[in-house]
Amino acid sequence: MDALLELLQKEGRLTASQMADRLGKSEAEIESMMSELREKGAILGFHAVIDPEHLGESPVSALIEVKLTPERDGGFDRMARRIAKFDQVSSCYLMSGGYDLAVIVEGDDLREVARFVSEKLSTLDGVISTATHFQLKVYKQSGFLASDTSEDERLPVTP
Amino acid sequence: MKPLEERIADQVRNIPRSGIRDFFELVQGRDDVISLGVGEPDFSAPWHIREAAIYSLEKGQTSYTSNLGLLSLRESIAKYVEKQFHVSYDPASEVLVTVGVSEALDLVCRALLNPGDEVIYHEPCYVSYSPSIALAYGKPVAIQTRVEDEFVLKAEDIAEKITDRTRLLFLNFPTNPTGAVEPVDELQKIADLAIEHDLIVISDEIYSELLYGEDSGMKPGTHVSIASLPGMQERTVLLHGFSKAFAMTGFRLGYACAPPVLTEAMMKIHQYSMLCAPMMSQVAAIEALENGAGEVEKMRRAYARRRNLMLKRFEEMGVPCFAPGGAFYMFPDIRKFGLTSQEFAMRLLEEEDVAVVPGDAFGEAGQGCVRACYATSYEQLEIALDKIESFVKRL
Repeated sequence: MDALLELLQKEGRLTASQMADRLGKSEAEIESMMSELREKGAILGFHAVIDPEHLGESPVSALIEVKLTPERDGGFDRMARRIAKFDQVSSCYLMSGGYDLAVIVEGDDLREVARFVSEKLSTLDGVISTATHFQLKVYKQSGFLASDTSEDERLPVTP
Repeated sequence: MKPLEERIADQVRNIPRSGIRDFFELVQGRDDVISLGVGEPDFSAPWHIREAAIYSLEKGQTSYTSNLGLLSLRESIAKYVEKQFHVSYDPASEVLVTVGVSEALDLVCRALLNPGDEVIYHEPCYVSYSPSIALAYGKPVAIQTRVEDEFVLKAEDIAEKITDRTRLLFLNFPTNPTGAVEPVDELQKIADLAIEHDLIVISDEIYSELLYGEDSGMKPGTHVSIASLPGMQERTVLLHGFSKAFAMTGFRLGYACAPPVLTEAMMKIHQYSMLCAPMMSQVAAIEALENGAGEVEKMRRAYARRRNLMLKRFEEMGVPCFAPGGAFYMFPDIRKFGLTSQEFAMRLLEEEDVAVVPGDAFGEAGQGCVRACYATSYEQLEIALDKIESFVKRL
């Protein structure tokens, strides 16, 4: 199962038969493992990892540090889930350290993100403060290096 | 003046031209070849290791080191070897850092052979064993392992070749070019023979991290070094290095672990010929040993996935190939096509632009097989296998 998850994280577009080839299993075995993973909720979704430089419009991404007042029952969970549900939020993590939630927000432009933070996020009961950091350039995204053009420089035949 | 050819020393002139070299020149003359002919990882050395080398240069660590190698590296090696091979060596007197296992091999031969001494080794094998022995005025004695036995080395075959001049026995498991792994009971029989005939065993264990165990190779296999068998450490020179598992071929770094007297003898040659291994490579190697295990396992699993693909595809095309237990090579048996290894490899290159190495480049026992290396990207491998498939269909 771990081997399958590792493979999916790298190459999510493989067909069951391609995965079977790589893992030395039958297609049926892979299919049953996949449905088990889906049922367990282990696979949240699939998407292409895109270098934003190649997107037509220039979308904006920001990391927002959010401080929250924890609640007696459930700590940060209720608030965090509420924040995570906004469409503008692409990722939301509970953090250790100086703030509580790291929220990645995406929008068409600076103003849209700013408006989301000032109107939606910071006005929620329980949000003590926010600090917004805009992303300037992507060097690595979800494990992939941006503009990585390394070539195979090995000699073609070696002992 | 005498022709220059005649000035070449006999033992050099007598070494036949390497089959690999001939083939290399052919392949190099062509564009767009997918090469399964390489003998090294397709990964670059993990970044944290490269970064350690860069930092070492930044700090200005560009001097000679101790002839034996940095003490801190030898300590890391001793610790790693103990964990990996269950044999403990004293970093002060039993570990020598060399410029790759290749240098260590040369040192062993020069340190331990008198002219005419015989060395037994098993074929098919890495191409430098026989020349290294010959250059040290030794007599190479090859044992042929067989595809029918999945290239297991039989103790009884060794016994047949032992004479009163036999001094050394070379072992290489997992084996380049076959990927074969020696069963432990057979290894024990070999150890018994070595003790009975007072042989010193030179064990090249460069591929020992790349083993494919349960779950179609996704779980690592277990490696047993002959040095760890009872009574063997005192008569074994264990050779290992960083090229394969850590993908550090260009760093040129290996080591020999051996009893102090043997280490001292090898060091005597090393100090005059090489002085020491490059310092930045040594610093990078410390980082590899201390923090590299995770990356090694990641690469191993990537090889395992490719190995599964290759095995399945060869099976589908009806090319017999045993499931190798280690390294990153497959050694399919192509005899049913009625071509020699050379002919098969040449035609595959000419007709499909895919390079594999003719098996006989690794010794007579490799005739009838070719070496296909799966240390290449999955996508390239798929294309290469498609091409091999259409090639064998035409045969």
